[in-house]
Amino acid sequence: MTSDSLVKDVQERKGGAIVVLAGEIDYNQSHKLLVTLNEVVEKRPTRLVIDLADVEHMDSSGLGTLVKIFQQVNAYKGKMALVAMNDRVRNALEITRLDQFFAIHQTVDEAFEA
Amino acid sequence: MTQESDQSGSRAVDLSILSDPKNLGVVRAAAEKMARQEGFAPSDVDGIVLAIDEALANVMKHGYEGRKDRDIHIRLEALPGNQGRLGLQVTLRDRGRQVDPTCIKGRDLKDVRPGGLGVHIIQTVMDHVEYRCLEEGGMQLRMVKYVRDPAETTS
Repeated sequence: MTSDSLVKDVQERKGGAIVVLAGEIDYNQSHKLLVTLNEVVEKRPTRLVIDLADVEHMDSSGLGTLVKIFQQVNAYKGKMALVAMNDRVRNALEITRLDQFFAIHQTVDEAFEA
Repeated sequence: MTQESDQSGSRAVDLSILSDPKNLGVVRAAAEKMARQEGFAPSDVDGIVLAIDEALANVMKHGYEGRKDRDIHIRLEALPGNQGRLGLQVTLRDRGRQVDPTCIKGRDLKDVRPGGLGVHIIQTVMDHVEYRCLEEGGMQLRMVKYVRDPAETTS
């Protein structure tokens, strides 16, 4: 997986945004992720849904990037959710107790209905 | 990469990498393969891989302050179980900035903010974690994870 395929897709839906990530998000990739998500958040989507179905690994720098983006979205009263993560990414969220902090859903549709 | 084994059945893999973050994935792949071979449950394999990843990122970020051309040595050593529990011992050695081992602590997770999660992850996942300043310079981190009994895994 190359660094270029970290962000697989960015879509708009009902005033919100869906960012589909892929690959391994680690210390080598987290800055690129922050730059991309900052560009999305600058447009102030009412709801930001991050699809993690194709993310194979995420370390604390990736998790920290998601926290930074959440704080930005929360500052303008938007909503942010994570969806479709694999067991490895969920494990990382649980170890850091961020599973209790983020809204987590099974699918993008569920996240938009919440 | 070098591999060796002794008469007790202990097996070790040595990896020497430069402190370029692009190398993190290579070490993760080797650690995952070895942890699976040693019989760890999938969630423990994920945890071990994450802990090693965090430890290496800390060396690159803090020990070498982002320089990408410094040496890091990683030893993955299967604990044979004939004198104790089966497990995996991971030893990282660098020549970077030394830090008082007593100052290396995880932070309070109630304070939700970016950064500072790596040490918490390492200490949560691994059964034994020991930092040491090396006489010749640099730091050594020794981490051990034991294979859990099936009863422990399901409880």
